[in-house]
Amino acid sequence: MSASSDRIRRFAALVRKESYQAVRDPSTVLIAFVLPLILLFLFGYGVSLDTTRTRVGLVMEETTPLTQALAASFQASRYFSVTTSQDRRVFEEDLVNGRIRGILVIPANFTTDYAAGNRPRIQVIVDGSEPNTANFVQNYAQGTVANWERQRQALVSEGSNTISIEQRFWFNPELTSRYFLVPGSIAIVMTLVGTLLTSLVVAREWERGTMEAMMATPVTAIELLIGKIFPYFILSLVSMTLCVLLAVFLFGVPFRGSVLALYALSATFLVPALGQGLLISAATKNQFLASQLALISAFLPAFLLSGFLFEINSMPTVIQWITFIVPARYLIPSLQTVFLAGDIWPMFLHSMAVMLLIGTVFFLAAARSTRKRIG
Amino acid sequence: MWWTRLRALIVKELLAVLRDPKSRAILIGPPILQLLVFSYAATLEVRNVDVMILNRDSGHWGQELVERIEGSPTFRRIEMAANPEQVRAAIDAQEVIAAVEIGPDFSRGIEAGTPVDLQLILDGRRSNASQIVSGYLTQIAGTLAAETPAGKRGAARTVSTIPRNWFNPNLTYQWFMVPNLIASIALLIGLIVTALSIARERELGTFDQLMVSPLRVHEILIGKLLPPMMIGLFHITAYILAAIFIFDLPLRGSLVLLYGSAIFYLASVVGIGLFISALSMTQQQAILGAFLFMVPAMLLSGFATPIENMPEWLQPVTLVNPLRYFLIIVKGVFLKDISLAEVVNQTIPLCLIAIVTLSAAAWLFRRRLE
Repeated sequence: MSASSDRIRRFAALVRKESYQAVRDPSTVLIAFVLPLILLFLFGYGVSLDTTRTRVGLVMEETTPLTQALAASFQASRYFSVTTSQDRRVFEEDLVNGRIRGILVIPANFTTDYAAGNRPRIQVIVDGSEPNTANFVQNYAQGTVANWERQRQALVSEGSNTISIEQRFWFNPELTSRYFLVPGSIAIVMTLVGTLLTSLVVAREWERGTMEAMMATPVTAIELLIGKIFPYFILSLVSMTLCVLLAVFLFGVPFRGSVLALYALSATFLVPALGQGLLISAATKNQFLASQLALISAFLPAFLLSGFLFEINSMPTVIQWITFIVPARYLIPSLQTVFLAGDIWPMFLHSMAVMLLIGTVFFLAAARSTRKRIG
Repeated sequence: MWWTRLRALIVKELLAVLRDPKSRAILIGPPILQLLVFSYAATLEVRNVDVMILNRDSGHWGQELVERIEGSPTFRRIEMAANPEQVRAAIDAQEVIAAVEIGPDFSRGIEAGTPVDLQLILDGRRSNASQIVSGYLTQIAGTLAAETPAGKRGAARTVSTIPRNWFNPNLTYQWFMVPNLIASIALLIGLIVTALSIARERELGTFDQLMVSPLRVHEILIGKLLPPMMIGLFHITAYILAAIFIFDLPLRGSLVLLYGSAIFYLASVVGIGLFISALSMTQQQAILGAFLFMVPAMLLSGFATPIENMPEWLQPVTLVNPLRYFLIIVKGVFLKDISLAEVVNQTIPLCLIAIVTLSAAAWLFRRRLE
């Protein structure tokens, strides 16, 4: 009785001590509450992949009823905010300096070519230094012209057959980018608390020698590590909950899945996240190095290699392999699904299994390097 | 005399950062890794995606459409669905990003010259990518439509648009990414090195020793300012070389302008770092403070999304962000050969930010002394 109950008592005392220590540290509050709020706020308002009205210049090299009608449909488009001129040179400097993102040119012989059936051409000049915006301007310009023509042909009758395409975007019919950015940023917040904060705190203990002091007590290395991360596990879940509440009530992101799935996924994600934090701190024993490593191996990959902003399928093969060991890669699509689609358990279970596997590897490595340091 | 003192301080600062092999490694290794990984990874192009087709048409045109989608290089795998339930399951589990549903009357309608509908179902959880996929599919269907009997009749009237991409004719994504990385790596390194330098001394207690040395406050400040700027310039130079020789970016403008403005950019970054440093009592606070500045700075710089897409009340916040100005300069010098006037326009705010943050840092240090 005594041996195991001693053990439990010791462990409980350790957890209590670590929890006090975590809660009393001002940087804990900063990372666990202030930073998540800032991040969520930025993703909710600042980063938007929706193309709102893009400023373009429209050059009308001739003014006829036909070109005016076309110009009117550009002006009516909700994708463009149009300034008109007769001469393209007016806009060239604006395009260089990024004040406009494109120049649309309706050429001088447009009306006669159109009447003669000579396939008149509209030039769409865009700022290629912003490839994404450039693509959108090209596509929307093309779409606007096609629409204009379709309406025109419908007026002229003949009812020419085209294949009309009906698009339906499931889960997010309005294509609001906030709806997938906000759930994704919750994963980034948990990476911050789980990996960055943990690695900093534990590295500081190594720096100060308090980790060695703890090792000298009867507590085993495993108990020590678990006691160390337990408060951060709870803290991460609390800050995740805060983010979810904000996402739903402030940003109006729909929540179609279950709370159970949300917590199951988040808790599982914390296994690799905390494991990585411990591993980094044990390997570096230095706050500066730990912060840099956490930034480079956890925060940036969660941002860039997780499918959060950039499509993994489009990356070169070697980089796609790297993404397989980024835990956020598995959490982000699952979180987006919990919010927007609902509970799709086969997908969740698969993600959770992989995250657990990665987490186990991190933990074993962390435990190994902790023990080694003592021996 | 003062120069000897200052030089000694600069050498000491550089040694403090570069002496330790681990921190030397962290200043050199990860930036290289970041450049290679992120410049290739960060692409908003969509390639190699899987799509599903539910073909309920038995005629020629439905088959023709399927073949054209299969022939498109954008898609990796084309799965054929037998029923709508399969489509739903595949989209739900994100096995495919889009599904095309060809109705039973597709071929009959085309032969008869009546309008036909084609349904696209797309995954709104990845709305950005699915919009691009929708664009590709629409284009394939559009080409097919032009070749139908009715389409051929109307074809002569079609107005076409000719794309012209200035500065980056093939819209190569790396041409956009690498300049962004040049500006952000300098921010990352400059900020962290500076923010830590004073905090570390304070934690170790050597800062007080520095304060009682013959060095004046402004000398200490300059001594703390120059070494991180030198490290930042080293990184910028390495990245510029990589941009030209590895990523084949055209260098259309003048390097002199780029370096000239880089000095002001680094001064403003280091100024912010010193300011954070002056405010924080421990290394941990300095690291977190730097981080707290860096993340919003990256997100509100025009790097991830154009500033004009942000809500109007948020746009003024970007005015105090040095990264915003330097991004325009780096991209401008590499791709657009921007004029001296435009570079100066962007450098003046950098200069102002540097003056404000450096004076604030000096003021904070003086106040600490008293």
